[in-house]
Amino acid sequence: MIIEPEQDPIVGNDETGGNHSASDKAGRVPACTNVDTLLRAILRDVLALDQAQVDGFDHETGLFGHLPELDSMAVATLFTEMEDRLDIIIEDEDVDGEMLETYGGLLTFAETRALES
Amino acid sequence: MVLTFDGGRTHRLIIFPAMFDEANKMRRQTVEVMHRLDMSGIDSFLPDLPGCNESRQPLEKQSLACWRQAARAAADHFGATHVLSLRAGAVVAPANLPGWRFAPLTGAKALRSLVMAQSVSAREAGGEDGLESLSTIGRKCGVQLAGWQFGPQLFNDLQQAVAIPDSQQALVEQEQLGGSGLWLRAEPGESPPQADALAAIIAMSMISL
Repeated sequence: MIIEPEQDPIVGNDETGGNHSASDKAGRVPACTNVDTLLRAILRDVLALDQAQVDGFDHETGLFGHLPELDSMAVATLFTEMEDRLDIIIEDEDVDGEMLETYGGLLTFAETRALES
Repeated sequence: MVLTFDGGRTHRLIIFPAMFDEANKMRRQTVEVMHRLDMSGIDSFLPDLPGCNESRQPLEKQSLACWRQAARAAADHFGATHVLSLRAGAVVAPANLPGWRFAPLTGAKALRSLVMAQSVSAREAGGEDGLESLSTIGRKCGVQLAGWQFGPQLFNDLQQAVAIPDSQQALVEQEQLGGSGLWLRAEPGESPPQADALAAIIAMSMISL
């Protein structure tokens, strides 16, 4: 990947992700429960959903093709926010239909990438 | 072109807005903040950087150095006493002015969101422009991303762009305003409570000086 969302050098601290960042100062990966919480918050913010609605998502909840808010441009925003807040990098080959089909699929992907980072 | 609330007052704030797609989504909100500052006795100025918004300059001919020079010239021209930058606007804010950086973004992250949008759009249209190939093309010969035409100079500049070292501006994060960032929304919008909160942070500091 050419453009990597590095630790932000923008004057000292990570100010771009700011308080969103899931990684602590030592760069440790977030616990899976945190990935779940963060992913729900990202979906809430990007798709302008209620917290109660995203809290109700289970592994089988349909995303792309099921949530009218999740159009292709929202997908781009979703991926960018996932990279930023979860401190992961999304590659070309990651983007397939399965990943966005259900909340469980997206969560599995996010957790796997968070553990690798 | 510049949008101004100029009453010839002592407190004068120059604003460097969010960039590209985020600029469209944040502009109404930015003007909402300016209205509130006006009512608090603060003049504010919202200039277009060369190649942005209503500027007649081509975006693809711009560079970070040219933008920073234009930002300094605008601050001097309007006699700005303070600066507010929004999102990627942080990379052009003059270092010598006190003020605020709201939810700042590096140039690399600003580009990344456009590369992501272009890639998703190309994939939907059956194209093969991936994240990596778009970035490679951008670095070598410039690239069009989500409707914005970047020359190689600006693309490479933005990939490295961070706020000018020793900038005096204080950080304001989205959490301090409540709610979620308006740049995330599908359409341009405004949030009166968030505008109130940001204007209050700025006005309380400027007026008390």
